[in-house]
Amino acid sequence: MPNRYSAVSLARHALSGAPWPRVWRAREPKSTYDVVIIGGGGHGLATAYYLAANHGIKNVAVLERAYIGSGNVGRNTTLVRSNYVLDGNTQFFEFSMKLWEGLSHALNFNVMLSQRGQIVLAHGAAQVDVLARKGNIMRLNGIDAELLDRGDVMRLLPYLDYSAEARFPIWGGLLQRRAGTVRHDAVAWGYARAADSLGVDIIENCEVAGFVLDGRTVIGVDTKRGRISAGRTAIAVAGHSSHLAAMAGLRLPIESHLLQAFVSEPIKPFVDHVISFGAELFYISQSDKGGLVFGGHLDGFNSYTQRGQFPKVQSVAECAVALIPSISRLRLLRHWGGIQDMTPDGSPFICRTPVRNLYLDGGWCYQGFKATPAAGWCFAHTIAHDDEHPLSRCYGLDRFERGSELDDYGVGNWTYKQ
Amino acid sequence: MTRKPFRLPLGGRIDRSKRVGFSLDGRPMSGLHGDTLASALLANGVTLVGRSFKYHRPRGFLSAGIEEPNGLFTLGVGGRTEPNVAGTVIELIEGLSAQRQNGWPSVQFDLMSITSLVAPLLSAGFYYKTFMGPTRGAWMFYEPFIRRAAGLGRGVHERDPDRYETRHAFADVLIIGAGPAGLSAALAAGRAGARVVLAEKDSLLGGSLLLESATGPADGWLREIESELESMPNVEILRRTTALGLYDGGTVALVERREHRQPDPAQGEARQVVITLRARAIVFAAGATERPLVFANNDRPGVMLASAARSYLNRFAVACGKRAVVVTNNDSSYAAAFDLAQQGVAVVIADMRGAVDGALVAKAKAQTMELIVGTRVLDVLGGNAVKGVILAAAVSPAMAHSNAGFSREAALHTRRFDCDLVCMSGGWSPAVHLTSHGGIKPRYREDIAAFVPGGYAAGQFGAGAMTGSFTLQAAIDEGIEAGRLSASYSGHDRPALKPVPLSLELASGLAQEGYAIEPFWLSTQGRCAKAFVDFQNDVTVKDLTIAHQEGYTSVEHLKRYTTLGMGTDQGKTSNINALAIMAGLRGVEIPGAGTTTFRPPFTPVAIGALAGRTIGKHFRPMRCSPLHDWHLAHGGEMIEAGPWIRLWYYRWAGNTVESAYLQEMRLVRTAVGLTDVSTLGKIDIQGPDAAEFLNRVYVNGFAKLPVGKARYGVMLTDDGAVLDDGTTTRLSENRYFMTTTTAQAGEVMSWLEFLLETAWTDLKVHVASLTDEWAGMVVAGPKARLTLELALPGHDVSDAKLPFMGCIEIEADGVPLRLIRLSFSGELAYEIYVPADYGVALWTHMLACGAPLGIRPYGLEALASLRIEKGHVAGLELDHRNTLDDLGLAKMASKEKAFVGRELRQRAQLQAPERWSLVGIECLESGKRLRGGSILFSPADKIEGHGRGYITSVTWSIELEKFIALGLYQGGLKHTGEEILCSYPLKGEQVKARIVAPMFIDPGGERLRV
Amino acid sequence: MRITCPVCGERDFSEFRYGGDATKQRPVHGTTDRKVWHDYVFLFDNPKGPHREFWQHVLGCRQWLVLDRNTATNVTSASLLARKAINK
Repeated sequence: MPNRYSAVSLARHALSGAPWPRVWRAREPKSTYDVVIIGGGGHGLATAYYLAANHGIKNVAVLERAYIGSGNVGRNTTLVRSNYVLDGNTQFFEFSMKLWEGLSHALNFNVMLSQRGQIVLAHGAAQVDVLARKGNIMRLNGIDAELLDRGDVMRLLPYLDYSAEARFPIWGGLLQRRAGTVRHDAVAWGYARAADSLGVDIIENCEVAGFVLDGRTVIGVDTKRGRISAGRTAIAVAGHSSHLAAMAGLRLPIESHLLQAFVSEPIKPFVDHVISFGAELFYISQSDKGGLVFGGHLDGFNSYTQRGQFPKVQSVAECAVALIPSISRLRLLRHWGGIQDMTPDGSPFICRTPVRNLYLDGGWCYQGFKATPAAGWCFAHTIAHDDEHPLSRCYGLDRFERGSELDDYGVGNWTYKQ
Repeated sequence: MTRKPFRLPLGGRIDRSKRVGFSLDGRPMSGLHGDTLASALLANGVTLVGRSFKYHRPRGFLSAGIEEPNGLFTLGVGGRTEPNVAGTVIELIEGLSAQRQNGWPSVQFDLMSITSLVAPLLSAGFYYKTFMGPTRGAWMFYEPFIRRAAGLGRGVHERDPDRYETRHAFADVLIIGAGPAGLSAALAAGRAGARVVLAEKDSLLGGSLLLESATGPADGWLREIESELESMPNVEILRRTTALGLYDGGTVALVERREHRQPDPAQGEARQVVITLRARAIVFAAGATERPLVFANNDRPGVMLASAARSYLNRFAVACGKRAVVVTNNDSSYAAAFDLAQQGVAVVIADMRGAVDGALVAKAKAQTMELIVGTRVLDVLGGNAVKGVILAAAVSPAMAHSNAGFSREAALHTRRFDCDLVCMSGGWSPAVHLTSHGGIKPRYREDIAAFVPGGYAAGQFGAGAMTGSFTLQAAIDEGIEAGRLSASYSGHDRPALKPVPLSLELASGLAQEGYAIEPFWLSTQGRCAKAFVDFQNDVTVKDLTIAHQEGYTSVEHLKRYTTLGMGTDQGKTSNINALAIMAGLRGVEIPGAGTTTFRPPFTPVAIGALAGRTIGKHFRPMRCSPLHDWHLAHGGEMIEAGPWIRLWYYRWAGNTVESAYLQEMRLVRTAVGLTDVSTLGKIDIQGPDAAEFLNRVYVNGFAKLPVGKARYGVMLTDDGAVLDDGTTTRLSENRYFMTTTTAQAGEVMSWLEFLLETAWTDLKVHVASLTDEWAGMVVAGPKARLTLELALPGHDVSDAKLPFMGCIEIEADGVPLRLIRLSFSGELAYEIYVPADYGVALWTHMLACGAPLGIRPYGLEALASLRIEKGHVAGLELDHRNTLDDLGLAKMASKEKAFVGRELRQRAQLQAPERWSLVGIECLESGKRLRGGSILFSPADKIEGHGRGYITSVTWSIELEKFIALGLYQGGLKHTGEEILCSYPLKGEQVKARIVAPMFIDPGGERLRV
Repeated sequence: MRITCPVCGERDFSEFRYGGDATKQRPVHGTTDRKVWHDYVFLFDNPKGPHREFWQHVLGCRQWLVLDRNTATNVTSASLLARKAINK
């Protein structure tokens, strides 16, 4: 790759004052491409990269309606983990984890993979058994997992609430040491740079207004910057999946919900792990910039506003204090919202659609970030071969017709509970 | 670095009679009542207040308000430690303990300032370009160093002893900001009869008027307005109350600070109160924030905003220097220059514009201060404190209006001025944060070189500097109008009786007629000099240039790549400058460059304040059985079960749960026990169509259930998964009593209501929740009927009168009882329901009457284990994935009638023979145990992958004297009798077991029918 | 966000529970067409804009309501009791 990033080149540029080249070129869209990917988020960019790198398909455009990474990849809480219990999920997310482990090198862009470990807490015997099943499955699939009892958790995370005042006492937890965090912006920029260097056109400010259809086949897209013909067209737009699919006459098993995320003021190291509360959905870690990044569950109703309601802010703060009482005096700096493409079983789609030459990567609920490399890899395969990748065959649009739901958390058929 | 004290002998809004003692880095100091920590420090001559984040450059206070990026302190000790608090907003109270941050070993002698030497390597985004090698895990090596360098203050892992409250409030009109616009609005709305809440983040009302001399005409106006507002019963004034965010539906979150009252948590006094306020109408009068100018070394201690210097001077009677250079691109900072001069500071004004208003020129001349026009600041001299500035004395016509900035080398001759204070003003940015929270993007106005709100939601109005009206007269006029409109919107039209004082002659500067800004976004270029855009995160013009070169030109990319605007000040003094500079680099107009997204909270707020009192045991509601206190008083150990607190086991049976539950099980299997099942969901279903209704929701038939009979039922969700199981009893022709599991009670209730109210509106059925109305208990065991006979003499509870699955309703001592004979445990058993208030009475009565038979209470652990022996599904088997077939209940599905879930239940994969279905499992290896969460394999399998099933529930069986379990196994009971392996790699265990029928005891059900 | 319950008046949305798209026609009880059931249960219009939806006032009168809300702005209309809206 020209203009390789390294400590040496960093020093060279610093001393000479020579400017760095653009991370990705600003391109005008051509009139035709082999593949058009709609959506310049983590998944869209990763897909473009793997199309070029794995399949030699380089005549690719990524069309992003705003600026790349302006959607969920830039808004999430940056967690990566591979602790899934159902057959299909376990393997897919572990594949993603392995890709994370080599990603900075593959992209020559430091995505700051911090495998600091994630602990999922259990607050009762039944919950311990649920975590145990998950951990046993992980171990049986060659994935690291450790079951912790209360004493183990106390030693690892001494600042949690072990007092008699705890409303939901901690019974134990499941630890995955290889889990952790990644710098989310770096993922978008890293994939963009790598894809661009392989010849992919990344076109920002190019909103898609409709599909060009020939019968039941997509042959191109109409954009704000003109019509673009495409051999194959792929949708990777997360919360706007239904919006785009409707343009091709498709209804999807997706409902777009609001998820809030929070960050505290930057402070010196305070929390060294990723901690997931077990009494309620809540997770927290500390970014390398020093802010505590945390979040909880959906606001509970479908929304495209990307802003949340105040009662949820309080509810998440309550979880934070319940989990880490000493967080009380630290201050919330900012909170924001994203649009989550929720599905009835909490699992995604990486598949062909009933419309020919139209492919879908979506339905990621709030798990899309950790799946970025694997999703890009498998989606690229799906597009290149017009056939699902073995690892993502379980993520078909038609699984609800067949009864092949993959409800990893076992919460049932409610989009807003997944 | 200390110099002579800088407190002026007269003036200010401070109380010179009250000294306040505090400490800085452990060193005792003092200030005056009314000081902030910043003003007290400045009065004491302390100008070095912190070290910057990346380069550890010495920093002083930039501002006098919430926008402060540099002067952050750690307050308090122990559990009250609070990092990153801006000294400019800390009210000085007796005993305050403050520490400067980010310097090691101290802020004065900071070894980390060595990073300045390698600054070129640390430019924006450097960490993306390196730290990748040599091996894959490299980042894990570098990360701890980065993490330790990151962050400013330090949090401590100790409990916060303070108390926080939350409050709900309502208003006709909420007014945010009590400057001239907000005060005028409050007056107008209050006089119109509206219920007004006026929120001001400062401890004093007045806003921009507080910049004026404390004894001038502004003060008189302020006091008159304030006293009238205080006298109005319909006006509530909240001081020290910051509006954090605007949320949908006219909802505003605010935080009221009460630290100045020295609240005692032991007395229930709160440190802060978070208020959720719903207002019919809102007036935003949040004012504006002054912008810095961007020039080389503009971050030196002693370089501050012009309005800040004025605030310290007029409000706190602190002169921040003896020789000041005021550098500006607009008229507003002349007031600061004149005020400083009046207090004996030597002032030079450096105006970047080519021409200046004649009246200002004349006034400057009258005060004999040098005024240089058409200049630029090229550099600031000094390290730990300002020593002087280098100005470009004149600028060539070609450069006069240039925003490109130019290097020292290119300037036409320069002049050096010695000074110890630089007051800079790059213009004013309206505080558009709150109005933008609702999603309405701000718009740019060329004439004032600032963003103003792009619009308002219905019932929301703006007034004053926040709308870009920077004159005092406009603020008052707009305030009155907004107050009137908002009161009218909320339904109050009573006209004002006397006029609001309309004009206000101010001593200096008058009600400024104009603002006359000519924006110069960038003064200096050049390789080495650092011109700061974001002070807190050390983002310089060079970083912006790099970002531009690399293509991170959109506002969002710029922010994330350089970390600009991501500090505790959230870019209040940097975002606009950065935007404008980037627009210049890109060659586009400012509106085309995009805007930042404003997000709550407006200023950082303690997470504990947001949590309020919902902490500790009150984190979530505790639902308790009517028998809760009895359990606690009689040796009961409790356990959380969702939101409920349930009885786990009793100490009469053992000291630990492991020993106790076995004793309790034994009691039930051999004699009789009593257990509390009050938490089960209970639903009353009435109406002529009730039978049809039940027939539709349950998979099995209920239409022909005879009166006085109960039936076990399972209901599915539309997708064919099991929603819940329970028992429904027909009490009379049109009345039924449904029980559900504890966990699903709420979901089932809502589901029944949903079906009746949105889909089957033609069915005449009413449902009502009785869960909290009735206590429930089960008497179970071979001697259960004998117990009932003793407890209910005179009532026929024989097998004939009350057969298996029968129900009778009786009155005993005037108390209604409902007895249903059904069994979860597998023994002869009766569920008894009684109105909750009589729960304890019945419970104690049963125990007393059954004493001769050996009755004792038993708990949830035993209950759960008994049902495993009987093979009843519960908890972990009902996981929203499992179907009727999976649970071995397919036979229950009626073939005669439709039921919810019938169609989708038949989807191919849900009927597949290789699905995992319910089996019983018995342990074959004595000395080993079975565990929930074990993964099951056939002995011939390789022990890897997902196996063929897993164990859901485990118990020791006292009857079989071995560990038994329920679980799901591929192919289910087809494999009865086969050996399997239970793998638990988390503990390195593997146990041999056998598949058996899930009903471990009494498969013929004889004990039930005794 | 505020929701106006026809029984209880204007309340905070946190007193309610969201119930999904109200324009979805529940198949008549007894319908055997599996595709009809599949589409009803698993597919969503999920519009970015006007949305007619169910809410239940779980912390109040427990009535199911229908209201119109714009999912892009959260501006809500007055609500109707669901049984009245259905019968219209």
